[in-house]
Amino acid sequence: MNATWSRFNIVSIVLGFAFLYLPIVLLVVFSFNASRLVTVWGGFSTQWYAALFRNQGLMDAAWVTIRVALVSASAATVLGTMAALVLTRYTRFRGRVLFTGMVFAPLVMPEVITGLSLLLLFVAVGLDRGFLTVTLAHITFSMCFVAVVVQSRLISFDRSLEEAAMDLGAPPVKTFFQITLPVIAPAIISGWMLAFTLSLDDLVIASFASGPGATTLPMKIYSQVRLGVTPEINAACTILIGIVSLGVIAASIVNKRREVQRRRDEQAAMRLD
Amino acid sequence: MKSLGSIRRDFAPWSDPQAKPYIRFENVTKRFGDFTAVNNLSLSIYEREFFALLGASGCGKSTLLRMLAGFEEPTSGKILLDGQDLRGIPPYRRPVNMMFQSYALFPHMSVEKNIAFGLKQEGMSKADIDRRVAEMLKLVKLERFASRKPHQLSGGQRQRVALARSVAKRPKVLLLDEPLGALDKKLREETQFELMDLQQELGLTFVVVTHDQEEAMTMADRIAIMDKGEVMQVATPAEIYEAPNSRFVAGFVGNVNLFEGSVAERTENSARITGGSGAQILVENAGEAAKGNDVAFAIRPEKIRISSRKPQDAVNALEGEVYDIAYLGDMTVYYVKLDDGQIVRASMLNAARIVDDPLTWSDRAWISFRPDAGVVLTR
Repeated sequence: MNATWSRFNIVSIVLGFAFLYLPIVLLVVFSFNASRLVTVWGGFSTQWYAALFRNQGLMDAAWVTIRVALVSASAATVLGTMAALVLTRYTRFRGRVLFTGMVFAPLVMPEVITGLSLLLLFVAVGLDRGFLTVTLAHITFSMCFVAVVVQSRLISFDRSLEEAAMDLGAPPVKTFFQITLPVIAPAIISGWMLAFTLSLDDLVIASFASGPGATTLPMKIYSQVRLGVTPEINAACTILIGIVSLGVIAASIVNKRREVQRRRDEQAAMRLD
Repeated sequence: MKSLGSIRRDFAPWSDPQAKPYIRFENVTKRFGDFTAVNNLSLSIYEREFFALLGASGCGKSTLLRMLAGFEEPTSGKILLDGQDLRGIPPYRRPVNMMFQSYALFPHMSVEKNIAFGLKQEGMSKADIDRRVAEMLKLVKLERFASRKPHQLSGGQRQRVALARSVAKRPKVLLLDEPLGALDKKLREETQFELMDLQQELGLTFVVVTHDQEEAMTMADRIAIMDKGEVMQVATPAEIYEAPNSRFVAGFVGNVNLFEGSVAERTENSARITGGSGAQILVENAGEAAKGNDVAFAIRPEKIRISSRKPQDAVNALEGEVYDIAYLGDMTVYYVKLDDGQIVRASMLNAARIVDDPLTWSDRAWISFRPDAGVVLTR
């Protein structure tokens, strides 16, 4: 393998990673800039972080974003799981193909169109734009992501588990909550996390569906950047990056540990036999 | 403990006209779309019987089991359990439990919790559940593994958990879908006897689905041979083997030689069958075959003797040449090509350690058998 570490490969890797991460590195570095000018280094400082927490507008937007993400991710998870269950379980109903297509279409639908159509709907039914409309819009578009994640788990789900539970005396509803749900829970949780992050960083749909008093963080950042990038925004973005990377790293470590433990258990069991 | 054999020998409710069947399939048909999985089938199973449904995959045996468990409803006909019509009763209200081929152990529950699951549904008290679970763990010798999760167990241990879980509720009938299918050969043989002991100990009725004839022969009191959704024969393992009722059953269980011919002469008991090339076979206990019928004479390989000269005393002897020899250790199988071209399989037990075998490839040889060594099949 060492022979393949030619100069060409090294250059490719460096260029590739630079392309992906240079902008982010720049953003993080300049968030610690003492100078007010974003592109001129004026020494190390954490003053922009302090300023960020004093910036009531940004903090309000962050709070709105988190509330919208929590509510919409939870609702989307319930609806998406239900859709996935119907699509994998009742494979013979009329119009199934159409229904499947309709559930998954928003995945590839341009966000501008989704946002615009939702806006038209809200105006038509006379719903005042604000927290409720942003949340509804986020449920609509993240539901199908949850459905995809949960459906892929349900396809490999062993139906005989449910039959066994019923055979042992559990009625269908009890079977669902005691057997099916716990077994597919990891997929539901990752579906929720996906919906949460999608809602967290959505700009386009939120811009259409939101109104006064319900400005989300991405909207706020975008509107401030139009007036010029401030180091405060850099600081806010650095914190977001930090949270997201911590989450991803923690999740993968937990997953990896569990996998290793499971394999070890299985090997131990084989020896015992 | 009383030996299993003495209990088993006296157990034959099916030959008692007074005995009431415990499970009764009456003209049961099950269709999936255009496919008929079970076709107008009737069958009786008795209390405390170890009953095996044997057949190739797709013969309808699993569908029959699933109808009994309540996962499928018959398209027509009815199923009675202890006199009660099961139609419309959902699986969670039937007094039967099933052990699944995949074991279907709940992956998020420990061994204990798996076994206790059915008991909890019954609303049993905590103390009673604990007692019953402990009893079940002891029964399947898994006391040490009570708090393990299914993925921390070996295949054999999982199989025993599945078994314990399915008998924990003391069902009237235990259904077993290929119970030993996922085990390796050695473990399978041990487990067969464990299952038989367990059935005797608990006094349950077992209905087992299998495609493995050795498994069915070893464990079952009676076997139903199934093909294309129909029962071909229901009988004890010995009857199935020694007195198959059709060419299909004879060929399905064990090895068999079939001589096609017609009945040339018929007396009260015996019959003379003439094969296509003029070979004559004299048979005792010719059954229903009438003169002129086209029949097959079926004989098992181990009931044929093979010798290099024509045996003096033999009633039935046919000449041919040794076509192939398979030495299997415990026995040797000779394939003899008769002069009319038919290849006959004859097996000889290697009872003596060193055999001075005079027969080898391409030798002339005679096969001979007694008039009562085989059966005449009309179907």
